[in-house]
Amino acid sequence: MSRTHTTLTRPDVALIMRQVLYALLPGTALLFYLYGFGLLSNLILACLSAWGLEALMLHLRRRPLRPFLQDYSVIVTGWLLAVSLPAYAPWWLILIAMSFAVVIGKHLYGGLGQNPFNPAMLGYAAVLVSFPLEMTRWPDPAQSGLMTADFSTLLASVFGIGTAHWDSFSGATPLDQARMALHGGKSLMDTGISLFSWPQTLSWNLLNLAWLGGGLWLLWQRIISWHIPAALLGSLTLVAGLFWLLDPNHYATPWFHLLQGATMLGAFFIATDPVSASTTPVGKILYAGGIGCFVYIIRTWGGYPDAMASAVLIMNMAVPLLDYYTQPRVYGHRRRWLP
Amino acid sequence: MSFLQLFRHLSPRPGLALDGHKQVSTTRAVTTLAASRCNILYLPLQQHAGSKARLRIKAGERVLRGQCLTWIEPGVSVPVHAPTSGYVSAIEAHPVAHPSGLSDTCIVLEPDGLDEADPQGLVPLPDYTRLDETTLRCRICEAGIVGLGGAVFPAAIKLNVKPDIPIRQLIINGAECEPWITCDDMLMRTRADEILAGARIMLQVLANHAPDGKLTALIGIEDNKPEAIAAMQAALARLAHSAPHTFRVVPIPTRYPAGGEKQLIQQLTGQEVPSGGRPADIGMICHNVATARAIYRAVVLGEPLMSRYVTVTGDGVREPANFEVPVGMPVEELVRHAGGMLEPDCTLTMGGSMMGMALHSPQVPVVKATNCIQVQRPVPERQPTPPMPCIRCGRCAEACPMSLLPQQLYWHARARELEQAETCHLFDCIECGCCTHVCPSHIPLVSYYRFAKADIRSKRAARTLADQARTRHAFREERLERAKRERAEKLARHKAAVRQQSPDTDTASTATEAGTASTPDARQAAINAALERAKAKKAALAKAEPESGENA
Repeated sequence: MSRTHTTLTRPDVALIMRQVLYALLPGTALLFYLYGFGLLSNLILACLSAWGLEALMLHLRRRPLRPFLQDYSVIVTGWLLAVSLPAYAPWWLILIAMSFAVVIGKHLYGGLGQNPFNPAMLGYAAVLVSFPLEMTRWPDPAQSGLMTADFSTLLASVFGIGTAHWDSFSGATPLDQARMALHGGKSLMDTGISLFSWPQTLSWNLLNLAWLGGGLWLLWQRIISWHIPAALLGSLTLVAGLFWLLDPNHYATPWFHLLQGATMLGAFFIATDPVSASTTPVGKILYAGGIGCFVYIIRTWGGYPDAMASAVLIMNMAVPLLDYYTQPRVYGHRRRWLP
Repeated sequence: MSFLQLFRHLSPRPGLALDGHKQVSTTRAVTTLAASRCNILYLPLQQHAGSKARLRIKAGERVLRGQCLTWIEPGVSVPVHAPTSGYVSAIEAHPVAHPSGLSDTCIVLEPDGLDEADPQGLVPLPDYTRLDETTLRCRICEAGIVGLGGAVFPAAIKLNVKPDIPIRQLIINGAECEPWITCDDMLMRTRADEILAGARIMLQVLANHAPDGKLTALIGIEDNKPEAIAAMQAALARLAHSAPHTFRVVPIPTRYPAGGEKQLIQQLTGQEVPSGGRPADIGMICHNVATARAIYRAVVLGEPLMSRYVTVTGDGVREPANFEVPVGMPVEELVRHAGGMLEPDCTLTMGGSMMGMALHSPQVPVVKATNCIQVQRPVPERQPTPPMPCIRCGRCAEACPMSLLPQQLYWHARARELEQAETCHLFDCIECGCCTHVCPSHIPLVSYYRFAKADIRSKRAARTLADQARTRHAFREERLERAKRERAEKLARHKAAVRQQSPDTDTASTATEAGTASTPDARQAAINAALERAKAKKAALAKAEPESGENA
């Protein structure tokens, strides 16, 4: 190549991925506090299987192992899945999700940079539709935390050794309760959901704030641009606010939607996956705006407790079209609205 | 931090804030290197954009300083001049600065140290205000002046504006945005008066194109060169009482690639050069400061372009500085004048760190396009890292000063989808290298675009040739067809004429002829009759031949 470069330290893919991992730390730490060993087992199993599957696929595809195993991209995928799956997820569930994510979601499309769908969300969606029971069993933080759940429960639930006591402390998430209340025609007051009821609602709120903090740091570091989080949160607030104003008894408040479920994780860490997201500024806004709308639609009228995975996957499909029709005006060209 | 500042931080601007490394080479004074003291000079015939100049001299001849060594030809071409007197020892292929590393025809000049000027050289024209634009443009062309900012397009052609196109602004480019290069900076510090004088000559050339006679000149200089700005302003103050035109020195923000013609025009005037067009389309002409100075010397002093300011810099050279270097001096010798290399295996680059070109040989000569020679230590951090796949992060699009989507272009260029690459405005790319610089996957993006552009150009050329051949073929077919038709018509006319002349005689033959056209039987009969006739003729011939043979 005919050029030399001045700046000696340039960001590379591995650095970007590492910074994403750093930004995931506050949320992960809170999850660890809430779910103790359950989160740890999720993380270890997910990252190990992700790494192993990546190595296997690289070997099968006859690609160099070293640069791709050192780029941390598959660790990010594993980490995102680990914090998305319910804590204390059984090992086979994690393995299946990771297989979907890495083998089908990433490598069958051609590896890093080629996947049209967010691999982590593809893996999540695959196990969500296949194993709905396991996927909705979020343990109650009051009983599963670092202080309360011991190692034997971990062995029992994750590896099936011994007896599991799951049903005793797994419950529906606040989002689930809100949706079921709506479907059942009850008002939200009857379900007793408030923003600050410990442990369920408040823990989710805190968790979302932790993801938000990490996400803002990513934004500050310019690892992600503001377009996607702003448009996603904006459209979700707008739609949720509209329905809430129409009927505050039935529809949850916008801040409930912002601080429950995977909203912040999705807005800052999942929808911003550069490979599967739109790349033009306008495209990013439309893409993330669409995700926000779909999240609300699926949460409110859909059949699943949370909607981030499906919403992201739906909008992933629109990305080539969005990219094509939202090309920025090039210097010296007139603006054209339709190419 | 205010909200506005926060927003600015979060929304990246196009271009790059680069470490300029300008201090490295601006601390020492500019040294003029005499061509007559050189051991050898290599003068490539192709030092400009356009067609290669044709030789006017032969090997073994003695040439004089300022002598024109090639023919001055119409078209996009300028001549090459001898920087000093000496003997042309050879005309041969020699390594030149080209990305391919190939050699090109060079005149090898061995200076004789006398530095004898050519008496038939250019005549000084100090009273240029009396001259018309054609004379001035001819002089600029004769003096071999090309754009010294890097594009090396013949300056006279750039100044040759169609009569109906109005020109309102002359833009003098002193931005010099590339890291490491300081030759324009030092030129402005030391030769500000000459630059302004050159700019005034250009205004004179363009005077007839200015609507209502208003023509202004803007001198754009990046604000990291306060000394150059001060020097230019001082020169302007000295000129003020005699300058009939308005000059203005405009400091512009330091942000690569501020010195790109299109970027500079946008920065100074807020206007954009239309895609595929020239600055003249929006009433502007843009020239580099060094070109302005060369024009001054060519017109007022009658001195063709034989030397230029060159920066020798980098962390691998002992005394980085600027030099006035004769064209043709080998880079090796120039580096020796700057104290030589600190390590034997330093890399040589011609140009800045963004758009520069690695030199394959230290014997490559300095040419009109050479603004900088970088001598860099071979540190491992500078070695190219193997590229990773594109992760579509979009940093390239944020950095692109043309608002292109480099990542999309790369995708198409890599897949050889040339048509799509063109619809993504591949040809608007100015190859500034911002995208390559920020790419976290270390993909040599610009190399892909250059490759795709070359591919498209060669395909276009092939298509043009094929189209020409097809047109030629179609024309030939048509011509043959027409000739045949005309022959047939002529025959028919002739026959009709014959028939009219003797309508009663030989009615039988007319009947047969009419029959040939109608029934196959009649045609067969006619053929048989013709065969009979031929046989009879042959027999008669055979009978006649032996007789004649015997007679002989």
